[in-house]
Amino acid sequence: MSTVSETTHGSAVAITSPPSPDDGLTPAELAQKYGLSVSGARVGLGEYVRQLWGRRHFILAFSQAKLTAQYSQAKLGQLWQVATPLLNALVYFLIFGLLMGGRGGMGNDVYIPFLVTGVFVFTFTQTSALAGVRAISGNLGLVRALHFPRAALPISFSLQQLQQLLFSMIVLVMVLVGFGHYPSLSWVLIVPTLALQFVFNTGLAMVMARLGSKTPDLAQLMPFILRTWLYASGVMYSISDMLAKKNVPEWLDDVLLSNPASVYIDLMRYALMDDYSSSNLPPHVWLLALGWAALVGIGGFLYFWKAEEQYGRG
Amino acid sequence: MAEQTPEHTPTDLRPTVIADDVHIVYRVNGGTGGKGSATAALNRIVRGGRSPGVREVHAVRGVTFIAYRGESIGLIGSNGSGKSTLLKAVAGLLPAERGHVYTDGQPSLLGVNAALMNDLTGERNVILGGLAMGMTREQVRERYDDIVEFSGINEKGDFITLPMRTYSSGMAARLRFSIAAAKDHDVLMIDEALATGDRTFQRRSEARIRELRKDAGTVFLVSHNNKSIRDTCDRVLWLEKGELLMDGPTDEVIKAYEKEASR
Repeated sequence: MSTVSETTHGSAVAITSPPSPDDGLTPAELAQKYGLSVSGARVGLGEYVRQLWGRRHFILAFSQAKLTAQYSQAKLGQLWQVATPLLNALVYFLIFGLLMGGRGGMGNDVYIPFLVTGVFVFTFTQTSALAGVRAISGNLGLVRALHFPRAALPISFSLQQLQQLLFSMIVLVMVLVGFGHYPSLSWVLIVPTLALQFVFNTGLAMVMARLGSKTPDLAQLMPFILRTWLYASGVMYSISDMLAKKNVPEWLDDVLLSNPASVYIDLMRYALMDDYSSSNLPPHVWLLALGWAALVGIGGFLYFWKAEEQYGRG
Repeated sequence: MAEQTPEHTPTDLRPTVIADDVHIVYRVNGGTGGKGSATAALNRIVRGGRSPGVREVHAVRGVTFIAYRGESIGLIGSNGSGKSTLLKAVAGLLPAERGHVYTDGQPSLLGVNAALMNDLTGERNVILGGLAMGMTREQVRERYDDIVEFSGINEKGDFITLPMRTYSSGMAARLRFSIAAAKDHDVLMIDEALATGDRTFQRRSEARIRELRKDAGTVFLVSHNNKSIRDTCDRVLWLEKGELLMDGPTDEVIKAYEKEASR
């Protein structure tokens, strides 16, 4: 009555095993009988999110370890976390503030906080995208040695950048206070702004990670794309002032002001600087900030998950 | 019939890993035999040559086997015969080009090398490595002392608080093995791990492997050391050029392998 009566010994692998009821089953049938699953297959979305949540401590520990390892060989050590963005801002001040007159009508007490905020906030997105490109292709050893949801890597890298930004915020606060912008109630807006930008950056890093895993050449191309984005996002000049002087259609103004980098930069300036009024913000700025975060954050995650089983090959 | 569930088969032959005609192909960028110059690359792009500079390496060619619970299986073969690649496919880390690998639960490859960072202290690496293998924070904290003690890193002073880049290669290898061996596994795969450290540590790690084997369902061991294969395995797969040459009891296969090697 049962399948146990099978007596054929068709299987080539039965050398070491005594006759058993399983002889004669194909490997696939055998796997099904004992509830074995295909190794390395992509899991469903819900299960994937659950696994990722289970790895949250690893994601955090990995990002902190990367952050610590980054400057451990330098004599000044972790001081570079703060010195690097400051030196960056200084370079932009020399070139755009003093040499090229990007400040428009702003005095030093407005322009320097304006510039430093812009540089720090843009750097957050820029480094997340750059780290994202190499998240998989630069960690193939890890991907090929251990099992974990691969999204842990881009998330971890963008978390590392968030911690780096929090270090930069110390400098930023000193600069702001130094130029007479004292803490006020509007500083609370930093929290939602950073949260939305972090979600946006993580999604961007995941998109970049998938693209970069297939096309490592992207790492060579990215600095150019990112620099173009930097110059187009009003980091070292005011977009509206600059375009008002030229005779350009209004939609170009809107497009530039609605790009995610400049949305998050403007929100941060609005939160931190006393005299940066809401007239500098594009219409529906919070909706834009939320929309970009949702679109790129969720879209990036889905896009990354779709290729989960292919990471680490070739 | 109802009472004929797999658990009740007389010899308890429960398969844990089934490899069904597995093929694995690596794609390597920049491995072409042609000229590596910029003009050559441009030429390929202009002429529309498909995916320039990509070469395929067929590392495993149609391997089929079934591993059962309680078995300890050795993998032998000359360098580059596809042993490590096959293990990675079983672990689900390298996708199979053709064929399937079915497994019971999640097989783990014994190795955390890639997760560790040389610039961090041994202490932080123990924690990071444990988390990377999927242990919880509590499990890592619980086993931390055991891991450090087993590695013997602190036998010659307080080395665990120094960055790993200051360790000798033997010390680093011992710490890596200790971290990796701290976790219990269903299907455990070990890649030449027995060769690390000095004699005392080798004996200690062999004992630990036997212990892991008791808890694990199935153990795979890749090694060039026929003695450690004889000591730990009861079945051996012999791979050559990505093909399964022989599959059988340890003595039989090793004898054939040694005869072939001494020719």
